[in-house]
Formats: sequence, structure tokens, C-alpha cells
Amino acid sequence: MNKAAAKPDAGPNIDNVTRMSSPGRESLKTVFVGHVDHGKSTLVGRLFHDTGSLPDGKYESIRAMCERRGMPFEWAFLMDALQAERDQGITIDTSQIWFKTDKRDYVIIDAPGHKEFLKNMVTGAASADAALLVIDAHEGVREQSRRHGYLLHLMGVRQVAVAVNKMDLVDYDQQRFDNIEREFRAYLEEIGVTPTFVIPVSGREGDNVANRSEPMGWYKGPTVVEALDAFHNVTAPLDLPLRMPVQDVYKFDDRRIIAGRIESGSLNVGDTLMFSPTNKTAKIKSVEAWNVPAQPGEAHAGQCVGVTLDDQLFIERGYVASHVETPPIETDVFRARVFWLGHKPLQAGKTYKLKLNTCDATVTVQSVDRVIDTTDLSQNDAEAVERNAVGEVTLRSRSMLALDEFGDFPRTGRFVLVDEYDIAGGGIISMEGYADQRGLITVRATNVQRVEHEISEEDRARRNGHAGGVLWFTGLSGAGKSTLSVAVEQLLFKKGYQTYVLDGDNVRHGLNADLGFSPEDRAENIRRIGEVAALMSRAGFIVLTAFISPYRSDRDRARQAAGTAFHEVYVRADLEVCESRDPKGLYKKAREGKISDFTGISAPYEAPVEPELVVDTGAVDIEGCVESVVQYIEAKFVKQQGRNGD
Amino acid sequence: MDQLDALESQSVYIFREAFNKVEKLGMLWSLGKDSNVMVWLARKAFYGHVPFPLIHIDTGKKFPEMYAFRDRYSKEWGVNLMLGECPPVESMDPSLPPAARSAARKTAGLKTFLEREKFTGIFAGIRRDEQATRAKERVFSPRGESGAWNFRDQPPEFWDQFNTDFPPGTHLRIHPLLHWTEVDIWRYTKREGIPTIDLYFAKDGKRYRSLGDKDITNPVDSKATTIDEIIDELETTKVPERAGRAMDHESEDAFERLRADGYM
Repeated sequence: MNKAAAKPDAGPNIDNVTRMSSPGRESLKTVFVGHVDHGKSTLVGRLFHDTGSLPDGKYESIRAMCERRGMPFEWAFLMDALQAERDQGITIDTSQIWFKTDKRDYVIIDAPGHKEFLKNMVTGAASADAALLVIDAHEGVREQSRRHGYLLHLMGVRQVAVAVNKMDLVDYDQQRFDNIEREFRAYLEEIGVTPTFVIPVSGREGDNVANRSEPMGWYKGPTVVEALDAFHNVTAPLDLPLRMPVQDVYKFDDRRIIAGRIESGSLNVGDTLMFSPTNKTAKIKSVEAWNVPAQPGEAHAGQCVGVTLDDQLFIERGYVASHVETPPIETDVFRARVFWLGHKPLQAGKTYKLKLNTCDATVTVQSVDRVIDTTDLSQNDAEAVERNAVGEVTLRSRSMLALDEFGDFPRTGRFVLVDEYDIAGGGIISMEGYADQRGLITVRATNVQRVEHEISEEDRARRNGHAGGVLWFTGLSGAGKSTLSVAVEQLLFKKGYQTYVLDGDNVRHGLNADLGFSPEDRAENIRRIGEVAALMSRAGFIVLTAFISPYRSDRDRARQAAGTAFHEVYVRADLEVCESRDPKGLYKKAREGKISDFTGISAPYEAPVEPELVVDTGAVDIEGCVESVVQYIEAKFVKQQGRNGD
Repeated sequence: MDQLDALESQSVYIFREAFNKVEKLGMLWSLGKDSNVMVWLARKAFYGHVPFPLIHIDTGKKFPEMYAFRDRYSKEWGVNLMLGECPPVESMDPSLPPAARSAARKTAGLKTFLEREKFTGIFAGIRRDEQATRAKERVFSPRGESGAWNFRDQPPEFWDQFNTDFPPGTHLRIHPLLHWTEVDIWRYTKREGIPTIDLYFAKDGKRYRSLGDKDITNPVDSKATTIDEIIDELETTKVPERAGRAMDHESEDAFERLRADGYM
């Protein structure tokens, strides 16, 4: 956040605004946002007039337009170019206009303040380096003032100044200004925004726009122009690790060029690149360019480049190139904070097209976790995120994605969602509670060959009198997984089955003693259990596993390890029921905040979609549950054997 | 990266997105300073190649220098040039002011051409700083079957995620120069050594800032005879770029009406 306090007396000499510029000069994009009718377009018009930036004849043509409509002179007509905008006196779509001070060049983006045109506000604001949020002194802080402030932050615009406009309508009253400043600063600080300046202005009269205000001698801070000049230049993130999403692969001539824009970091000829999510690597042979004095040996964030590689890997659009040591996250599930612009609400269970960097993927909304009211920042449970609202959701993809968290990598940690033909929303990524799955899908040893066993699984099943398999019990803590599995094991053993329970006690102390409780370690814990259970099942055992295993992707991986011998058993009990049981006192600790990432309280539980068996321990007593599991086993594991033996 | 590098990079990104996502592409080549920069940027994006045809919608009323330029560089650059004709002015909407009515021929010619050739995406070299309704354009701007611009309800476009999903029958105008200014165009032309038509340089105290049809385009007062002098002139002038284009100034909404109907 820019907290640089430019001394008002050290600002630019606005009487001497020049139109000088050179390719070496800085350029800053600044968006003007705020509630409808709070005077954004007027302020832009005044800014241009008072800095001598209006083209010849513009003032006269605006005056003629106003006279034709029988209305007083309207500065907003500079930006409101459309007939409909002029006739209705309202900005419909975002516009851009150029302007210069001694310090630098500016692109001024005017964004509409009417709620109906929020999609156009987002279009204008998303590319801005900085923002001026305009509030009407007479009306005070309104719905869109807050929403725009919130969205700026969500879209990654980190530099914000506030103009309290129309001070002429409140007789330049300092008390009025102080109240608005206090109220709005409090709001912004709650969402993590510290405005660089809050400036009392009058766009219509020109107070504190480019020239200091006479009637507001009580104000000692900078003018709007000075506040713009105090913003910092925004540059592409060179310091972050390399990210180059592949945009295309070209073969116009004998070169095979991997094209993409470097979103962060740098690359050099000779570097080894890793392409996620396939995790293949190759060295950069050359950086290609056309009509340049010398072929480049390196390239940096912000550049669109093309590289050739020393190895002809299969690479396609959507892959992300990085260095091997600092790859992006790989996952098929993530959380996001989204703003929704679609006509139809965003709903749990619905499927959208995700556009993430250059990758298109199909995602399903696994859950809408909460909706945020931007007027008072309250968070509410909801089934859907309505048009122009902000919410937190969990999204699941059919394929593995390479992505980053927005907090670490703003440019590769954001995405849009397409509903049918329309871009319907944007979002920023958080992996809170979810694991990077990269380590889980990477096969480290490549020289391992499977040895054919001389004893078949059928041979083992014949001797044991039943097939091997995995009964994977999943459910909340306190749902009864351990109690159930131990009781089933006992009963099966008595009946002559080869059976064994894997639970936290016998796994965590040995096999997984090196793992902690981070999301990554928990995922690895489950991966190993899945593999061990699969091995034991092939050895002929009926393996009963008793782990919360809250993530669908982890359980799917265990299913892959064991194949058709895998049986998912959903041990169902409501959170309230489990919490009232609380056999180990864990819920109490989680509620007190002593345990973080506790499933059901502060971390998600993803219920099975199509479990082979559901046992409801909330509705049925333990004996009944044990019986239904054993019946299931007898039906599934012995039936085939019996028929074969008949 | 300096400002020109950043502008170039953004244009290259737009070209590559369109090339990957849009089936049948073509580029409008009006032979002016902007569209020559646009051709150059395509060659930057595709390493010397222009992997789609250049289209010249010929009103038949361009300056002779423009036709000579077209014939020379279409060969020198090895591009695939396609020509489209325009209908006579008598068949245009008579409610338009005279110059706008004349300019509307180009829109009609373009529509006929697109219908015949079934293009799904057309690059056009318009810039936001040229004209206030162009300032409201999207980079990927969808057009319905009639080619009309629905400026009252444009789709959102942000974070360089462009609209690439459309109902059948839609075609796209793609604007790789939207974020450039007039002076940027000249600085880049100079840096890269891009050829330009001599009409832009002053003769007898006049030069053309913007090129269109002979009969509706006028030169402006100027002493600039080199690109450097043009850049110096643009840094101080307050005369708008399209001051010499008659159709912009006939009535308040003439240009908006042209654009809504599909004019570039």
C-alpha cells in the first residue's frame, strides 16, 4: 500500500503542465470510481480543463451540446460520448482519456457508477494501477462507494485516493468533510485499504482539482493532481518466481516456438523449464524475436516471448512454465472469492467454464461457502451468489490445474468464469484448507518395473474363502468410524475372515511418523494409507480404514490405488450429533480456536458423491450399523466365491 | 521495459489470443499509419509471418500515393492481400449528413465482404484516443449478424480474459491498437523503421494527420517534414487528430451512428 505522503507544497507546478512525454517516461492508469451521480465524469472534465489538456474546440462543442439540450454547461460530456449517456446524464460504459503532468503520463479511466453497469465499472477498473474514489459531500457514502472500494481491493488495485466532491453544495463545510472522511476511512481499513489521501473538492467549481481552493483554506493536503502524482508507478513483478502460461505453440518455419507472456520473474537461455501440470522439463535453447538488433539471451516479466527448447516435449496452451524449484500449485479443487456479474446467479452444483491464465477448464461449484454484503461487510450463508454480489466458493475441476494463490502471485492467482456465452464473474484464488497435490501425482522413481506375481488374486481368494478389498470409512470426527471398524473387524475375524483395521494409531506412529498436520502432510498421510490398503487388499485382506479423509480428491486417489476392490463407506452423522458426542474433546478445542483447520469447523468436509455404502450412525445404533456393513461384505466379497464354488 | 515495449507486448498478446481462439481471421489494412503499425505488430507476434489475409476495403477514392504504397508493400512483406469493393453513395442512408453518408460506403463494403468470405474475426486498427466513442470499445468486440455494435450492452472484459464464446452468427472485431495514442504510433514507427505514406509529411505548410477518402479528408497546418518533427508537433498541438475528417464534425451523433452500424 502506498503511504507516501507527498508534501502539498512539493507537488507539481500545475500552471506549467506540459504535454512533453518520451518513451522513457512513466505512464500510470488511474480509474475514477464511485456511486452514480457523485460527479466522476464532471471531475475528469474539470481536471482536463484546469490542466490545459482539452483539445481545441472541445469546450465550445460541449457548450453547444448543452445549449441544444437547454441545460447548463456539463463537464461530463467530455467523457460521456454516447447520445444515450448525454440524454440521460449518466455514464453507461467505461472510457479512457490521456493526460500529462510534469511527472508522468496518465491514462484516466472513467467508470460508470450505476449499479446496473457494474460490469463496465469492472472492465474499466481491473486494469488500473491506482484509483480515485469519488464521494458526493452532499449525499455522503453510498452503496456503490462501498462496493467499488471493495471491488478495487479484490481486483488488486492497491493504491486508492478519495475525493469528497461537490463541496460547493455543502458550503465547503469542514465538519461535513471530516465526518465523511472518518466514516469512509473506517470502512476501507476494515477491508485492508489505506487511502493515500482524502481530498475535499468541487469538480464543478474547480476547488482542489488542479488549483488550490480559496474557500477551503482549512484543507492543507494535496490537490487531485498532486495526489495522482504521489501514486507509485506499478511495474511487472520481476522479483517473484517465473510464471509463463503457454499461449500457443508455433511452427511457421523450422522452429517450434513456445509462445507466452511472462507474468512474473525472468528466464534465461539455458534455464531448465518445468511445464505444469504434466511436470515435464526441458532446457531453453533460444529466446526468439523478430526485427531486433540482437537475439535476446533473457526475458522478463511483462514481455510476450517465444522460446525454443532442447527437447521436443508435448506442450499445449494452458500449461504453465516455471523453474523446477519454484513451480505453481497443482490441484483440482480450490477456494475463491468471486464477484458475480452474470444474469443468472452463481449456484452450488452448477458447471462453468474457467479461464485461468491461458487455460480453459470445466469447473463445478462444489459449495457456496458465504456471501459478503459489501455495504456492511457482514458474511452470510447462502446457496447462491447473485448478480453484482461478492461471495466465497469452492470450485472443483475435472482436470488437474496449475495455479497460484492470489496473495502470492496476483497475476496467475485470478480467473474468470464463463456462463454459456458470457463472462459472468471474476475471482481470486485461495488454497486455505486445501493441499498442493503436486507431490502426490508425481512419480518420482521412473526405473521401477512391475514384477508379475506367480500367485493370482483369485488363488488367494480361493484359499481365504473371500476376495480381498478395501472398506474406506469416511466421515466427520465423532461419526463412529473407529468404533464401527473395530467392531466389524472383530465380527469378521470370528467368522474366519482375513481382516485388519488401519487407523491413526497404527499408521501415524510408524509409516507416517514423519508427517505433520499441514494440508500437504494430511494429503500425503491419506495417499500412503491408500497405497498400503491397496497392497494388503491384493494380499487377500479385507482392509478397514478409519480416517476422516475429508477431501474427495484424496479418496479418489485411494480408489485408483485399489481399483475395483475399493468400497467407499460414508459414515454419516450431522455435525451437531458429532459435536455432542465429542469423544476426544476435539470439537471443544476447535471451537475455542485451539486447533486450527479442524474438519467441519474451520476446514471443509467433502461428503462422498456416490459411496458404495452409507451407514447413518445418527439414526441407527451401533449394532445395526455393524450388521449392515457385515451384510454388505458377505454379499460383495463372498458371493462370487460361492458361485464359483457351486 | 519502456512504454513502447509495454504497448507492443500488449498488442502481441492480443494477436496471439485471437490467433489461437478465432477460426477465420483477417486484418483491415487501410494503408494509414495505424494499420501499418498493426501489420508490423502481427509480424512481431508471429516471427515475421502474417498468418491471415490483409483486407483493403477500397472506396475507389483513396489518394494515388495510397494505392502505390499498397501495391509495393503487399509484395515486399509477402502478405496475402484481399480487396473488397464499396457500393455507390446513392444506396446509402439518405438521412446521414453528406460526408458521413460517403463514409458509410466503407461499412457497407465491409459487410458485403465479410458475408461473402465468412470471416469470424477482423482486426481493426482503431485507437481509444482518436474519438470518444472508440474510447468505449472493447478489445474483442462482438458483432451480431448485421454487424451492428451494441454499445449499450457490451460484455465485461478484464484481466486480459477476452470474450471468445459466442452464439452462432456472431463475428468479432479485434482491436490490437486500442490502448495506443497517436504519438505512440509515430514513436514506434520511428523506432522500428516502419514505412509510411509521404502524405503525412508537410508540403507547402500542410500535412495530413489522418488519411481517408480524398473528397472528405483535409490536411492541417503543419511544418513537420520528418517523424521527429511530427512527434514534436503532437507534443504541443491542441488540434484533435481527426479535425480533417469531415464526417466526424457534421452533427453531434454522426460518428456514433456510423459506428453503431458497423463503421470502424
